[in-house]
Amino acid sequence: MLVEEKTILTNKINSKQQPVVEIRHLKKSFGNNVVLDDFSIELKKGENLVVLGRSGSGKSVLIKCIIGLLKPDAGTIDVLGYDMLNLDEDELDKVRAKIGFLFQSNALYDSMTVRENLEFPLRRSWIAINQQQIDEMVLEALTNVDLAHTINMMPVELSGGMRKRIALARTLILKPDIILYDEPTTGLDPITGKEIDELIVAIQKKYNTASFIITHDINCVRLVADRVAVLMDGHCYAEGTFDELQKSTDSKVKQFFE
Amino acid sequence: MELHQNWKAFFAEAGDISRFTSRFFVQGAKPRQEVAEFFRQCFIIGYKSLPLIGLTGFIMGLVLTMQIRPTMVSYGVQSQIPAMVGIAIVREIGPVITALIFAGKIGSSIGAELGSMKVTEQIDAMEVSGTNPYKYLVVTRVLACTLMLPVLVMLSDAISLYGSYLGVNIRGRTSFAFFFKVVFNNLDFSDVIPAFLKSFFFGFAVGVIGCYKGYNSNKGTEGVGYSANSAVVLSSVIVFIIDLIAVQITDILGLN
Repeated sequence: MLVEEKTILTNKINSKQQPVVEIRHLKKSFGNNVVLDDFSIELKKGENLVVLGRSGSGKSVLIKCIIGLLKPDAGTIDVLGYDMLNLDEDELDKVRAKIGFLFQSNALYDSMTVRENLEFPLRRSWIAINQQQIDEMVLEALTNVDLAHTINMMPVELSGGMRKRIALARTLILKPDIILYDEPTTGLDPITGKEIDELIVAIQKKYNTASFIITHDINCVRLVADRVAVLMDGHCYAEGTFDELQKSTDSKVKQFFE
Repeated sequence: MELHQNWKAFFAEAGDISRFTSRFFVQGAKPRQEVAEFFRQCFIIGYKSLPLIGLTGFIMGLVLTMQIRPTMVSYGVQSQIPAMVGIAIVREIGPVITALIFAGKIGSSIGAELGSMKVTEQIDAMEVSGTNPYKYLVVTRVLACTLMLPVLVMLSDAISLYGSYLGVNIRGRTSFAFFFKVVFNNLDFSDVIPAFLKSFFFGFAVGVIGCYKGYNSNKGTEGVGYSANSAVVLSSVIVFIIDLIAVQITDILGLN
């Protein structure tokens, strides 16, 4: 289903739901390479939105623009009602505390233990918190990913799947309203990838988080997506549920599902 | 054309380093000081450099004394060896050699550490978790380098002079008290203070360049190696440039 038809249907379904992320007419170029060109989309509360696209299509650029790691050339990004492009440093930090970001490379701090990795965002946040609360939150986050026994290990001692789970636990520790997943299953074997997918769904159900998941892994899309957007040529080419897009007759959309 | 490009790249990098350095003063003055991380860096940068700095300082004093001894003996002024070595070490050799070794050990380690953090997105992870990575990583390291190098220079000077004392006693016989009495009789505040002050600038330069190279690392693992290497090369060159400027200033002020 192409974006024009889909927008009408989605608006009807979600008309009562307030979007937690609203992206309008986003543009981003690197030199002459136009990566995002008039990209618009909304993410509703408690929804898993998957942005599907080929490698190099600008998926990572998109979520880095949302979190403020990259500044777009034009367009607007509203997150939880805040205009992300016009916040000062302190305001941006406070909004970021409500957004979790799972990096493709996990980005665990090599020089810190698992415990210190998880404590880091807690100690840096603006929330007043004592050591006992920190310990409880670390343990809860690790229990969520079934890795409480790794608490004193170094990231280098963990397998790829375990590192991904720890990164997810660190993302969850501040109980964010929104989680941005950058290729969550890339580089993992299919079984571990499926475990991560199931974890994403479990987290959504447990905390009612809204998730922005970018991937090109069709199995991940099938398992986690409430809604799928296809990013192509810098804009949202098609949008719908997994089943709707799978049945699409559009050749460009079909190629992702073959 | 290529020469033109090289000059353009040179000035572009000089501009980037200046901007990076100015951020240190802006971010360093803002509240929420990273005290724990600063002390951790002081421990890593200062305390853990002690064995290397001490060893090189000792060898420097010993070798310098053994090298100049024959010439001093031929002029019949061997009694002035402690004075000459003392002035040479305290005024010039101690600060500069210690700064160069510091650049090799700490500059490369900061460049590689921040470089690998950059290419594995750890710096981005810090930023999205509400931490200012510049303040946490750069300000603490630059400040620790700036404050630890003068301390290391003082220790290196002391160990060098002890090495020199042993060097004097290999062929002759001089008491510890006499050796240091001659050294201190010939040293003035105008020898010690400028050398001490310039070591703050050496430390600052090594810290800033190491952090700049690491923080702006790219091209994956190859970039990390380049960051570490170029941090050492550039900070070593800057140490000499600062030394050149410092000697001109002390000359103008009549402290030479």
